[in-house]
Amino acid sequence: MPQQSCPLTSKQVVDLYFMEHRAKLLDIAAFLDRLERSKGDEGLQDVRVRALKKAIPLLTDTSCENQANRVHRVLELLSDHTAEPTPAAHTQSALGADPNTDY
Amino acid sequence: MAYIDPHVHMVSRTTDDYRRMAQAGCVAITEPAFWAGFDRSSPAGFYDYFRQLTDVEPKRAAQYGIAHHCWLCINPKEAEDPVFAREVMKLIPEFLKKPNVLGIGEIGLNKNSRNELIILEEQIELAKQHQQLILVHTPHLEDKLKGTRITMDALTNAGIDPGRVLIDHIEEHTVAEVLDRGFWAGMTLYPDSKCTPQRAVDIIECYGNERIWINSAGDWGPSDPLSVPKCHVEMRRRGHTQKLVEKISLENPLSFLRQSGRFMLPESV
Repeated sequence: MPQQSCPLTSKQVVDLYFMEHRAKLLDIAAFLDRLERSKGDEGLQDVRVRALKKAIPLLTDTSCENQANRVHRVLELLSDHTAEPTPAAHTQSALGADPNTDY
Repeated sequence: MAYIDPHVHMVSRTTDDYRRMAQAGCVAITEPAFWAGFDRSSPAGFYDYFRQLTDVEPKRAAQYGIAHHCWLCINPKEAEDPVFAREVMKLIPEFLKKPNVLGIGEIGLNKNSRNELIILEEQIELAKQHQQLILVHTPHLEDKLKGTRITMDALTNAGIDPGRVLIDHIEEHTVAEVLDRGFWAGMTLYPDSKCTPQRAVDIIECYGNERIWINSAGDWGPSDPLSVPKCHVEMRRRGHTQKLVEKISLENPLSFLRQSGRFMLPESV
């Protein structure tokens, strides 16, 4: 069990935050629906979408239960895990998921 | 409550933002040198930017009782060309004598490239030569984990005291390593990337309140210069004490920034 470091009771956490996160869940569902309704399938294969779909199951993965480490695991999944500097910066922007990972 | 926003880019904000921050309790800010949203075409562009940070912004902030301090460097997004970067770095020592300059920052990596690392190492050396504090920018999104580790290794290899370095933009996957290696950690409150106020409070609950602060990093992109007081509301909403809020947003920044020998709060505080 993780250390109980949040001063609220679990009931208070639900009462305070449920609606906010219900809305965020619906936003993800609507985003995926919008993708399917859009023209062409390039976006459906985009590394960001593949990474997102791989991250979603972590939220209910039994190995995350009672670990309170879901954010950590999602961020790790979305990260570049190589250690050596890249030869050159060909862009100034980041994508949000590692383009060299096979999601 | 009086608070410090230790990372905010006021050159990109309106004077009205200074007023709103002052009304919310902000008494001091520190402004790192950063990317303007476009690559500057000459070192002269940086010379004028450093004048703005050391001369113009302190006066604008003072109108609202806010003490303004800054950090100087060439940011990693414009460090891919080492020849250009070194021309900019030559300008920095002249400005380190200005009374509101706290150190070198925000230096670091962006795409974790070899040239970015070379310039990072040279700027660490510059800080070392001039006994300056260091404020570190860590990369965005998928590049953050790798870039944070490479940056900490570069600082360690240079023999820098980690207690004189603030590693900024930490998140759940980097905070433990940063704190375990003795560095200070900064959490940036952004609406889409980095931390939300809720996650920042989660991190404080999980990793403690020592050597850690929160900042808005308000700039020209999606950001909120009032995100620090909004995070205070989130802390109080969960039942955290006023003492903890003051620890995160006043005592901790004071402890780190006063190592510069330059950091001052307004006399009214």
